[in-house]
Amino acid sequence: MTDQKGTRVRYLKQRLGFRLLSSMAILTILPIIAVVIYIVIQGAPAISREFITGFPEDGMRAGGIWPAIVGTFYLTLGTAIFSVPLGIGAAIYLSEYAPQNRFTQMIRISIINLAGIPSVVYGLFGLGLFVLFLNFGTSILAGSLTLAIMTLPVIISTAEEALRAVPQAFRTVSISVGATKWQTIRRIVLPEALPGILTGVILGLERAAGETAPILFTVAAFFLPRLPNSPLDATMALPYHLFVISTQVPGMPIKIQYGTALVLLTFVLSMNIIATVIRSRARASRQW
Amino acid sequence: MNKNNQKITIQNLILHYSDGTESLQDISLDIPAHAITVIFGPAGGGKSSLLRVLNRLNDLVDVVKLEGEVYLDDLDVLSPKTDVIALRRRVGMVFARPVVLPMSIQENITYGLEIAGIKDDQRLEDSLEKAALWEEVKDRLDDPAVTLSGGQQQRLCLARVLALEPEVILLDEPTSGLDPISTGKVEESLQALKEDYTIVLVPHSVQQAARTADYAAFFLQGKLIEYAPGNLLFTNPQDQRTQDYVEGRFG
Ligand SMILES: Nc1ncnc2c1ncn2[C@@H]1O[C@H](COP(=O)(O)OP(=O)(O)OP(=O)(O)O)[C@@H](O)[C@H]1O
Ligand SMILES: [Mg+2]
Repeated sequence: MTDQKGTRVRYLKQRLGFRLLSSMAILTILPIIAVVIYIVIQGAPAISREFITGFPEDGMRAGGIWPAIVGTFYLTLGTAIFSVPLGIGAAIYLSEYAPQNRFTQMIRISIINLAGIPSVVYGLFGLGLFVLFLNFGTSILAGSLTLAIMTLPVIISTAEEALRAVPQAFRTVSISVGATKWQTIRRIVLPEALPGILTGVILGLERAAGETAPILFTVAAFFLPRLPNSPLDATMALPYHLFVISTQVPGMPIKIQYGTALVLLTFVLSMNIIATVIRSRARASRQW
Repeated sequence: MNKNNQKITIQNLILHYSDGTESLQDISLDIPAHAITVIFGPAGGGKSSLLRVLNRLNDLVDVVKLEGEVYLDDLDVLSPKTDVIALRRRVGMVFARPVVLPMSIQENITYGLEIAGIKDDQRLEDSLEKAALWEEVKDRLDDPAVTLSGGQQQRLCLARVLALEPEVILLDEPTSGLDPISTGKVEESLQALKEDYTIVLVPHSVQQAARTADYAAFFLQGKLIEYAPGNLLFTNPQDQRTQDYVEGRFG
């Protein structure tokens, strides 16, 4: 009798604990949902075919944001080209090849510190190195390189972590059946770490796509109502455009601001969704 | 022992790890072909270290001192010029914990073959047959290997080694995590396999050592204490320390 009661109390406690945890989870996603809903409500009226594919008019108070969309797309692509192969390569080196000594440890600490540098500092650095010293001018090239440097630490450290999470025993077994180190990495370690690596890549690129400060001095045009036609062209970009129309242009219709924010949010969130899909596909195909 | 029948010859082998552990101290040992040679003794005796030398898996470990000679037939195993990839195909290894690769059952077998550039469909069935696993998996070859039971996984690991058609099979406590029935199956497979292979087994107990050994080597703290045919060593050990260990008085 008392035993049954004890069981029921434990059961109730468990239910209570579960409720508590799930309500905490809901609390954390509530602000995110609120932001998204607010921006959708405010921005949706601005969204039209003309707004997406048109060029800005009337001092950006009317028309569309197509050049900024294209610019952000190119910048993200450029950032990926410079940072993804290099970042994954560095991660493979650090996790699989580098001797575990002080020097390697220093590299690792530097990478972690680099990830903490404020983005405006990267912007200044990019201005000095790429725009002025290497004479790329304010251009997609200079901006992509700046964003790539900012993104690299994120990619390297998440990719290295994903590689290290692959059990050592897999490597030993692969070597013991006659695989070389590189075959082991390519056929066992990399596929196993790929979902984790992709997460890091997309997280890094997402941040790059949404940043204003690093492109402020290196690429972004205040107002440039045409599309870039070479990597050495300047371009408009969504985050900077949003900054400009929110603070620099008097008499700006509020719905255009929120419309632009909505487009930027959609761009970033869809990268997130793509990442999630790739990850779950990778998992499913290996049936883990 | 018949000198001509030796598969592996080990002479004055010394192995120290970078942390100063003198894991193998002047080991000389001949391992005959077509027999089960058991390497046994208490923990830390150097059994695993010895096995890792035989297929150069110790290349992956922090070894500071490695001296002496190891020959596989005429191949100088320890020479820097030795093709370790080819060596590892001749000397396969089964580990204590069954480690299946994150792929299907079939791919676990064909992985080593593909890398070796061998395309031979028959080997899949043959190796699984020899490891006494074929009947259990023939209808589910595309399932992930992790869905097998622990005992099945360990037999898959054995089949993976057999598929490469090695000459020597090293087994480091292959049954330590298995129940008695699975253990029995592995031991049965080994008895059948010794016709065609040279088997070096680190057993997980003295009982298993006594059950399986054609030859037995007793290792204690990096030293080879006694080496004799199994029926002699377990019934009439020459060294007091061997006798104490076999009779369960220490370790
Ligand atoms: N990678 C390593 N680095 C440093 N020392 C090691 C390493 N591997 C083994 N040793 C040491 O070498 C000695 C022999 O270890 P080994 O694993 O060969 O013994 P073993 O007989 O297989 O023991 P067990 O029965 O516990 O598996 C031990 O003292 C061990 O601590
Ligand atoms: Mg061992």
